[in-house]
Amino acid sequence: MADEEKQPLTRDQMAAVLAQHIGSGWIVNLGIGIPTLVSNFLYPDQEITLHSENGVIGYGRVAGEGEEDPDTVNASAVTAVTLDPGAAIVHHADSFAVIRRGMVDVTCLGAYEVAPDGSFANWKTSDDEWSHLGGIGGAMDLAACAKQVYLAMEHTTRDGQPRLLEKCNLPVTAPAGVTLVVTNIAVVAVRDEKFVLEQHAPGYTAEEIQAVTGAPLEVSPDFRRVSV
Amino acid sequence: MPRPTIYQTMDEAIADVADGSSIMIPGFGPGAPINLMAALWRQGATDLTTISNGVGFGDSPDELKGQGDLVDAGRVKKVIAAFTASTRPSRVGTAEALIRDGKVEAELVPQGTLAERIRAGGAGIPAFYTPAAVGTRLAEGRETRVFDGREYLMETALFADYAFIRAYKADTAGNLLFRRSARNFNPIMAMAARCTVVEVEQPIVEAGEIDPDLVHTPGIFVHRLVHIPVGGILRSARASGAVIRQTEEPETFPRVPAE
Repeated sequence: MADEEKQPLTRDQMAAVLAQHIGSGWIVNLGIGIPTLVSNFLYPDQEITLHSENGVIGYGRVAGEGEEDPDTVNASAVTAVTLDPGAAIVHHADSFAVIRRGMVDVTCLGAYEVAPDGSFANWKTSDDEWSHLGGIGGAMDLAACAKQVYLAMEHTTRDGQPRLLEKCNLPVTAPAGVTLVVTNIAVVAVRDEKFVLEQHAPGYTAEEIQAVTGAPLEVSPDFRRVSV
Repeated sequence: MPRPTIYQTMDEAIADVADGSSIMIPGFGPGAPINLMAALWRQGATDLTTISNGVGFGDSPDELKGQGDLVDAGRVKKVIAAFTASTRPSRVGTAEALIRDGKVEAELVPQGTLAERIRAGGAGIPAFYTPAAVGTRLAEGRETRVFDGREYLMETALFADYAFIRAYKADTAGNLLFRRSARNFNPIMAMAARCTVVEVEQPIVEAGEIDPDLVHTPGIFVHRLVHIPVGGILRSARASGAVIRQTEEPETFPRVPAE
């Protein structure tokens, strides 16, 4: 395993891993970035209902070339999606009513930092005092009200600093809620105030992953290579 | 309730917007009142307050001048939005610099809270409680209350002088229909302003043509209608910019962005 060539996960692979953790019949919300790709890896027999914060309930997948409808977009606001039979459109307040009522089983979001208590930061790129400068979108509503939060993120910053930390340095989006973190090199469950290392990208050992993680990783007895 | 006034041009529809006005601006990608915003750019009003999802991008070509350009030109004194900064440190927009320098006042609001504040404003509800942002920096020093053992943050309603709306279809009674995800903030903003101005994609039909059961926004909330004429902008495509209406023929679906 340690001799295998290191292959960090691609964006599509990270999305596929997230999709593997989505249960049958769930109502799923996908945030901007890698999470929007998750819709491409779900199967019809999973009977997932995709909800997009801009008011699309029951979309299918990212539209292919030639089938894009510019009026039907996902959370990215620019990528067109297809609609499944039975889809419905609601306005923004009703879209967040679905979220706030607790109907979303999981929201998949991007993040800058995450901590073992399930808190995470994804709305502000610095710790400066301008609390009115940032990009929140629907993340705070989603994090406070979805049953689970899954994160897709880089394991380290560009200079190799950890993003999985004892405590977030950046202002948090929510004080709790994260249950799964998929990075480009690892899959980490978050439970009982601990990071549990469950899977690794090809070529990465638990030690190597711990070396770039800023909090203790409990290695799962099921620790294995991702299969995507 | 008098019928909405139908204007022939975007410029006439918003000619009386005074300096210091507050304006609700819908849009989440599609659904933005592109023509009314370009008219506002031409009209010259300044000292504006905008309520919208983001703060827009500047540097637009003349026909697509919008919120971002107004902010860059110093014509917006306050933005209330769910995005006031770029999410990439390498791409700092002019709006962010103006906010940092204190030239533009910013109120950063979680998107669901923003939507509900607008809905409340349109519904005559002065304040409500939400779990969003509890336990974050946004909640510091603010009023909270516990219901059923859970902490909630108090939020107040938003109501503006103008709402610039983008509708797909309208009748002469002002009833509005929206298309797909171009709906987004439109129905709630239409209710939350003293003067609701609507740019309409399809030709405006006679009252009675739209089935009452199918109306998205009742005409009772609508004051002004303008049909997007040939030569007006249907939408902005990411790759190619403004998609100009060439003909009154309705588009077919799915409609592929012009390349």
